[in-house]
Amino acid sequence: MSPEHVKQLIEAALPCTAVEVEGDGHHFYASIVSTAFEGLKLLDRHRLVKERLKSQLDSGELHALSLRATKTPAEAA
Amino acid sequence: MTAQEFIHQTVTENPVVLFMKGTPTFPQCGFSAGAVQILKNCNAQFVAINVLENPEVRQGIKDYANWPTIPQLYIKGEFIGGSDIMRELFGNGELQKMLADLPAN
Repeated sequence: MSPEHVKQLIEAALPCTAVEVEGDGHHFYASIVSTAFEGLKLLDRHRLVKERLKSQLDSGELHALSLRATKTPAEAA
Repeated sequence: MTAQEFIHQTVTENPVVLFMKGTPTFPQCGFSAGAVQILKNCNAQFVAINVLENPEVRQGIKDYANWPTIPQLYIKGEFIGGSDIMRELFGNGELQKMLADLPAN
């Protein structure tokens, strides 16, 4: 899987205004800006992303995803 | 005492608790090592629980917070997050504030 593919999975799972993904094909690192994070503390933002990608993470299609930053558009501005 | 009782007692009786693989001096996993380093960078006093010493706690801590991975950080009984969340909170300065707000222990 390429970082670009992971980016597309995240964009399909969440309404994103910006997504950056780096990775080596096994372990990926994502920074996400999304309106879905508004009003959520960091723990709940991470829970939301992992929940929305649960099927890909459980199946092993997406092996390991670290979240570097999860911001709202206002926080990213 | 069950594993859940042990975990609950540990996180409520200590202001800062890190469940980790290995010890702060000899971490057995890169993510646990990173978590320890972040707390040290905050000059935080914390209690470390080595889950590798107890299989029931190793599984139990995942159930307790409904969080699938270790390390796990607790402050004042509240689950804060794993290593990614600790890193992001440290990066934006929030973790330092949360730890500074604690009464001296």
